[in-house]
Amino acid sequence: MIPPPFEYLNPNQLSEAISLLQKHGEDAKILAGGHSLIPAMKLRFALPEYLIDISGIEGMDYLREEGGQLRIGAMTRESSLEESELISEKYPLLLDTVKMIADPQVRNMATVGGNLAHGDPANDHPATMIALRATVMVEGPKGSREIGIDDFFPEFFTTAMDPNEILTEIRIPTPPSKSGGAYLKIERKVGDFATAAVACQLCFDAGGAIEQIGIGLTNVGQTPIRSTKAEDLLRGETPNDNLLQEAGLLAADDSDPADDLRGSAGYKKALVNELTQRAIRISIERSERSR
Amino acid sequence: MSKHTVTIELNGSSITREVDSRLLLVHFLREELEMTGTHIGCDTSHCGACTVLIDGRSVKSCTLFTMQANGKSLTTIEGMETEGKLHPLQEGFHEEHGLQCGFCTSGMIMRAAELLEKNPNPNEEEIRWGISGNLCRCTGYVNIIKAVQYAAEKMQKEAA
Repeated sequence: MIPPPFEYLNPNQLSEAISLLQKHGEDAKILAGGHSLIPAMKLRFALPEYLIDISGIEGMDYLREEGGQLRIGAMTRESSLEESELISEKYPLLLDTVKMIADPQVRNMATVGGNLAHGDPANDHPATMIALRATVMVEGPKGSREIGIDDFFPEFFTTAMDPNEILTEIRIPTPPSKSGGAYLKIERKVGDFATAAVACQLCFDAGGAIEQIGIGLTNVGQTPIRSTKAEDLLRGETPNDNLLQEAGLLAADDSDPADDLRGSAGYKKALVNELTQRAIRISIERSERSR
Repeated sequence: MSKHTVTIELNGSSITREVDSRLLLVHFLREELEMTGTHIGCDTSHCGACTVLIDGRSVKSCTLFTMQANGKSLTTIEGMETEGKLHPLQEGFHEEHGLQCGFCTSGMIMRAAELLEKNPNPNEEEIRWGISGNLCRCTGYVNIIKAVQYAAEKMQKEAA
């Protein structure tokens, strides 16, 4: 399938990319890795007249810890997360997630920023970033601003970014000691979107109670979902089997899946229940091994 | 819509062409350059038949505009043999019967090339995950895995 005609633009400065967005408005789309956008263009779901390829802008592809945060440049390829020692040592939730995103070739192109900016509730990073309590940095004509992840996905396939803003960085609080995380995804085959998936990130206090916990749900609603009920249940508690079972039920209750070819809504809720319990268990195990 | 100049280091030789914005890399290879070793299978970034290497990284050329490869180094199946001698992966697919119809083979080989570059001695599970973005519909994966293992062994011997 050949995408409809468009004009290709490749600025090498962020400011230039923003000017182009201002100039062309709704007719322009940012091209990052292109592995959501190009398939959508082939199917005529997206019909941009201008594509602004930001891969030539230097300094948007990095992973570093700074100021108590992990900072991920928006153009960081998924494969870079997969190959990073920092990620595999300290961010097991991100490592789990990236391994479940599409397939190796797609991960060589796909970007972390694009995975969020696309606004697709079936994408994997939104739930991960919800669990990690990330902040999204965006830049536009009026300068840069930060958007908390809970405000970033207001509705179906929509983000809180203005049309002339570009996602530049994702900031994740560096996990304290006794932290762990996990991402569990059920997919029909490699490369499929989740039938359901659950991201969990937690840390313990000195007394052995859960100090903070984040639980994000993938593809079980119109937007990525934070299971506030399960989080509130577990925060401050010492986990046990009964609590985990209750947390699973509450997470299922927070989900709002639809019947589709991947399964019935009831099946997906059952998956959220089970995956939530498993993700918490693995996160606890991993927290015991973390410094 | 205007044409753009693209310059690519293709299998070791620099080429420059004028292309449309919307020209996909796989069509550029097959139709403009008449290099048909790279195949179009699903055309939806699922099957991996169109896999090529850009700066050593395997990508699906059906889901890339040619302009995204501008200024980069590109390797296709045509660039794998050197001076009439098959690449160990090509030899492996031959020796281990890693193909029947051959449609997926060039993509499998290009993907396996990056896999072996990063992990010269993968176990079976690592190979299975490594080629999880490539579909084969007739040979089955057993002999494909043997072919990759054959190449891994040969490349390690050659490197020793």
